[in-house]
Amino acid sequence: MATESGPAIDPIHQFALHPVVSILVAGHDVSLTNSGLFMLLAVALTCLLVAIGARGGSGVPGRLQAMAEMSYEFIAGMVRSAAGETGMRFFPFVFAIFFFVLVTNLLGFFPYTFSVTSQIIITAALALMVFLTVIVIGIKEHGLHFFKLFVPPGVPIYILPLVVAIEIISFLSRPVSHSVRLFANMLAGHITLNVFGAFVVMLLGATAAIKALAVLPFLMTIGLEALELLVAFLQAYVFAMLTCMYLNDALHPGH
Amino acid sequence: MEPHELAIAAKYVGAGLAAIGTGAAGIGVGTLFGQFLNGALRNPSAVEGQFGRLIFGFAVTEALGIFALLIAFLLLFAV
Repeated sequence: MATESGPAIDPIHQFALHPVVSILVAGHDVSLTNSGLFMLLAVALTCLLVAIGARGGSGVPGRLQAMAEMSYEFIAGMVRSAAGETGMRFFPFVFAIFFFVLVTNLLGFFPYTFSVTSQIIITAALALMVFLTVIVIGIKEHGLHFFKLFVPPGVPIYILPLVVAIEIISFLSRPVSHSVRLFANMLAGHITLNVFGAFVVMLLGATAAIKALAVLPFLMTIGLEALELLVAFLQAYVFAMLTCMYLNDALHPGH
Repeated sequence: MEPHELAIAAKYVGAGLAAIGTGAAGIGVGTLFGQFLNGALRNPSAVEGQFGRLIFGFAVTEALGIFALLIAFLLLFAV
C-alpha cells in the first residue's frame, strides 16, 4: 500500500521491486530486493512464533504457546481431514506453506510494506512446488497406478476418452489456478484499497464543500480493509487446503 | 478518431466488460450463502460441521470474481 505522491491514481506502483541491499556476484544482480526482505521477515516471524511457542517449560501455556498449539491443531486437523492419516508426513510442508502465505499476506497490510504474495512469480513457484511434489510422490508410491487418477471409476467406456482428456487438462491446469487465485486476490485487494485511498486524497484536495465527502471513501477503505483481512486469512487457508487435496491425490490415487 | 484514441476507448470498454464478471461471482456467492442458509435452517445442528466447507466454497467462488476484477484493473492501470 504505497502512498500517493499526487492525486493521480497509480495503484500498480506499490508492486514495483527495488533493491534494498545491492549485491553483484560475477556480473549477476543478486541484490536483496524488498520482496526478498519481506520473505525473510515472514520466515523469521514464523520461526520465532513456533520456536518460542514450542519452548514449553511452564505447565500453564502462555499466549504464544497457546497460539502455536492452536496453529498446530488447526493445520493437523486440515491435513488429516483432507489427506488422511498417511498425509501427516506432509504436515511440515503444509504448515510451512500455510504460514509463509499467511504471514506474507498479513505483512502486506502495514503501510509502506511489500506484499510478497501479490507477485505471480512467488505464488507460481509455490504452486509448482506442490504440483511437482504430487507427481513425484504419486509415481514413487504407486508407479503407473498413479495414472488411475485420470480414469474415474464407473464411467461408461464410450465417453471414457473424453473424460480422461478432461481429467488430464484439469490436472495440468491446477498449478495455474492454484497460483493465480492467491496472486489475483492479493493484487486486486491491494489495488482496490489503493484506489479508494486515492479517492480520499483527491477529495481532500478539492474545495471545502466537497472535502466533507472524503469521509465516504474513507469509510469504504475501512470496510475493505476488514474484508481484505478475511481474504488474507482465507486465501492462505484455501492455498493450504488445496495443497492437502492435491497431496491426497498423490497418496490415494483412484479415489 | 485517431487510432490511439480508439485504443484508449477500447481499453476502458474492455475494463467495463471485464467488470461484468464480478456480478457473475456475486450470483455465485449469493447462491452459496442462500443454499447454506436454506440447509442450515432445516438442520441447524449440522451448521458447525459444514462451516469450513462454506468458507472454502466462498473463497473459491469469490476468487473468480477477483479474476474478472484483476483483468479490469490490468486494463485500466497496466496496459
